[in-house]
Order: sequence, then structure tokens, then C-alpha cells
Amino acid sequence: MALTNEIVKQKLTEKFGDSVTNFEEPFGMLTFEAPKEMNLKVLQFLYDDETLGFRFLTDLTAVHYPDNPGRELAVVYHLHNLRENFRVRFKIFTSIENPDVFTATKLFAAANWMERETYDFYGVNFIGHPNLKRILNVDEMDYHPMRKEYPLEDRQRTDKDDEMFGRGEIFPNQA
Amino acid sequence: MQDHHIKLPEGGIEKHTNILNLGPTHPATHGVFQNIIELDGERIISAESTVGYIHRAFEKIAERRPLYQITPLTDRLNYCSAPINNIGWHLTCEKLLGIKTPKRVDYLRVIIMELARITDHLICNSIMGVDAGAYTGFLYLMQYRELAYEIYEEVCGSRLTTNIGRIGGFERNFSNTAFTKLEKFLNEYPKALDEFNTMLTRNRIFMERTMGVGGISAEKALNYGFTGPNLRAAGVDYDVRKISPYSSYEDFDFYIPVGTTGDCYDRFLVRDQEMKQSLEIIRQAYRKIQEFKGAEAEVYHAEVPEYYLPPKEDVYTKMEALIWHFKIIMGEVDMPKGEVYHSVEGANGELGFYLISDGGRTPYRLHFRRPCFIYYQAYEELVKNHLIADAIMVMSSLNLIAGEMDA
Repeated sequence: MALTNEIVKQKLTEKFGDSVTNFEEPFGMLTFEAPKEMNLKVLQFLYDDETLGFRFLTDLTAVHYPDNPGRELAVVYHLHNLRENFRVRFKIFTSIENPDVFTATKLFAAANWMERETYDFYGVNFIGHPNLKRILNVDEMDYHPMRKEYPLEDRQRTDKDDEMFGRGEIFPNQA
Repeated sequence: MQDHHIKLPEGGIEKHTNILNLGPTHPATHGVFQNIIELDGERIISAESTVGYIHRAFEKIAERRPLYQITPLTDRLNYCSAPINNIGWHLTCEKLLGIKTPKRVDYLRVIIMELARITDHLICNSIMGVDAGAYTGFLYLMQYRELAYEIYEEVCGSRLTTNIGRIGGFERNFSNTAFTKLEKFLNEYPKALDEFNTMLTRNRIFMERTMGVGGISAEKALNYGFTGPNLRAAGVDYDVRKISPYSSYEDFDFYIPVGTTGDCYDRFLVRDQEMKQSLEIIRQAYRKIQEFKGAEAEVYHAEVPEYYLPPKEDVYTKMEALIWHFKIIMGEVDMPKGEVYHSVEGANGELGFYLISDGGRTPYRLHFRRPCFIYYQAYEELVKNHLIADAIMVMSSLNLIAGEMDA
């Protein structure tokens, strides 16, 4: 039986009830969300279940949404069932004051460096990670540069403001 | 006769291990990254890898750049096969924008991507030879990479960091010279590759250096997120070109070579066979391109005026074309909202682009899934209990490209 978005959705709802939410299908890829305390339970279920079998971690990264109070950081897992060639995207949201998320390194060895990268750039604190330190930036760096509050260019520059890029003011406090 | 042996008191020699820094600028690392290796004599007890020496913050930069200005950033990921990165990025944009490309464009892209795969594997395999002590093969095959680079040059004007193609197709049609050069490459390269293989594949020294070195089981490789030739060497036939075809790969007849033990020798053989498959794909694509007749034979891009630059003659003479030229160059075209993951089979494995657009003119977030970065973390485990000379072989057989690792 080939996997479809409906089967995965149904399986998840059966197992976790209303905890797994926000089912979407952008460009055909099933995307869903769970509370951050449950990330390992969901990943483990997706890994172990006979029909689901999402045993390949394709990608792990984070996204910063400064305008979502309490849900500023999203950690995004891309999982792949290689046998059925089926992909899903799984997201958890965490607040920026308390960015503690359980590590997936016990399940996927590949998560080790990807989580270090996510920590390095977004400051997501992966609890239980064997070696959570910066990976691409220098160790002395004391901020997480991919967060949106750090603009790419010198703020003194006036010739290139964000309105040029169709967004208007996104850093109103720092004008 | 005098006794030359040093006489030390009982318990005078303490057993200790040595720490060796391999990199960041060691000639054998072929790139800027560091391995701190703990040695007991010549045997490796533990290793720790440090990456990030050439981190250039591409993901941050991309958040302030319109789509076309991101293409040159992708060049600098895996710079041994830049066209695959460029075309992979354009395919991602096309997925977001809902652009369908004509068949001829797909086939032209396949030719360029497979040429890039060959040039990448060619370097990796010949560098393996260099690290095992055979420099000649490297210099010999390098001449044939030159032939492939001349084809890129004919199509896009540049050679290493190509910035090839546009959203929807290519910047210009392939000239007759490009096809002549392609024929020359197809005629000459297989012979050179055979000669190269005569030197290495059954070479006793090379086999002893590579067989049983740095092996990895299929389960472990999958758990470590291996993709590409390194995963296939371990026996998993995962190839994005087959499993989720893009750019009309489903029209081509080719097979995926797999290994069994996942050691350096298997990786070498898999790359070698892949080059042969790539040559076969290029031949098929070239044949298909010759079958197009009339107006179809001149198609080299999709009709997407919002994203495809108008012809230069029009820009100089027509107002409308000038406006579009300006808008596209300055990136003043809003993207649709959306969240896209698209992957292509890069020379090192699954090269993924995760693009989130909030409807602005630049990506809200762009993440590159760099295969090299993900599988390099297995290096510490691969070299454990091997000799230091083997560590070098493992490194070159994994085809670690610092640009791709550090993004």
C-alpha cells in the first residue's frame, strides 16, 4: 500500500489526537506541527511505525519569526521514507526566551551536526545533545546571527532600505 | 663491542598518545578544514573534525537577495560541479513560481548536469590516486575536465563558478561549437577514463590502500544521512534522479551502480561507474535533442517574461523590454508566498533547497541541504583504528568540498 498524505495524517491523528495540528500540503509535501515537548515522541513514532517508516533525516533547520510571540523559533525536520519515496515536513515551535528542545541525535546520528548548526545560528538549545557547541562560527561569538534582529548590512546605510525589497519596516525598533 | 641500547630504569617509559593537527591548511585535506587526530604510534584512537574556516553566511546573505542574485552563491557550494547547484536552484525557483520548462530545455540541462557530475567524480577519483601516490592520472584526466569546461564556457561564458542558466532555461541557445565540443568530449573522454582505470582499478598498491579502509554499513550510512555515491557504495540504491525525477530524468535509460562494503575502493568504483552512466545519459540526451525539428529545435527557455531576461537587442530599442530588464536585474518582482523543498542529485548526494517565501522580493529563509556537511560527521568513526595514511584516503574518497561544508 503506497503511502499518501491522508494515511500519514490519519495515523498521526489516531496516535496523538489533537496534539498534532496545522496539517498543510504546500507543493504536495505534508507539513504538520506538534508541541515541542512531544517532538521525540512524534519522531520515534514516525520512525518505528511499520507503514510510516520515516527513517531518513533529510534536513533539520530552524526559522525565526520575530512577530509570533511565544512561537518565535520553528525547528523544521524533513523526513524521508526511502522505501516508499515519501517525504514529510515536521515542525515544532518554541519561544525565544526558553528555546529548549529535545535532541534527535539518539534516533539519527545525522542530527548531530545539523543540530549544532541550528544552535549556532538560531540558539536553539538541544537538550541531551552530546556536544552542543558552535560549528561554523567562531567559538567566541556571543549571539546567534541568523535571527532576524541582526540585519545583514550596516544599519547606517540609507541607500538600501527594506522597502526596496517589498517588506516595509521589519525592524521598527532599530530605525 | 659497546651496547647501544638505551638502558632506562624500570617503569621509566610512560605510554602516551600524540595529538596531530591535520589541517586546516594541510595539502592533503584538499580544502580548508581541520582534523585533530589522537595517535597511538601510527594508529588513530580518536579524531575530531572542525569545520567553518570558509563560512561565508550564504543563508543570511540570501535573505537580502532576489532570486537571480542567489545563483552565484550556489556556485560556491560545491565548486567542482557548480552547474548542478545552479540548475538545482533554478529548478527550486521554478517549482515555487509554477514554471513548466520545455522538453528541449530539460535535455540541455541534463547534458550540463551530467557533464558537471563527470568533472566532479573525475577530480575525486584522480585525487584518490594522488593520495595513494599516483600523480600522473590526475594530471592526465585534468585535460579532459578542460574539455568539459570549454563546453560550459561556450554556453555561459565562465568555467569554474559558472552561474549557468536562468529561471526557465538557458541564457542562450547552445551554439554549434558547443555541440562539436560535446562530441569531442564524448569521443575522447571514455578512452582516457579506460586508461586511467587500467592504472588504478586493478593496481595492487591502490587496492591494498583502499580495500577495507573506511567502510560503513548500509544502516549506519543511512543513519548518518549519507547520500550520493558514498551511500550507494554502502549498497543503498538511493538516487534522486531515479526516485523523484526532475528535469525529465525519467526519459533516460540508466542504472544506479551500488557497492557492498562502503569502503574507499567501493566509493572509487561507484564513482567510476557513475561517470560511465553519465556519459550514456549525455549520449541519449544529445540524440533526443537532435530529434527536435523546426521551431522546437530552437527552444532554449520557457516563456516567463517576469523572470527571464528579454533579448539584449530589445532592451536597447524597446521601452517595455528595458523596464523588464531593469526589474529583473534589480529583483523588483514579488514572489508568490510558499514553502518549497526541492532536491537534486548533486555530485556528492542529495542537494536540497528549502525556500520559504513570505511574498517579498527576497526569500524569507533559504536553507541549503549540503550533503558534504552531513556525511562528514561520520569521519571520526570511519577513521578510528585505522592508520594515519588511511585517514587521508578516507578523506579523499568521501570527496569533501570545504565550500559545500561551510556554506
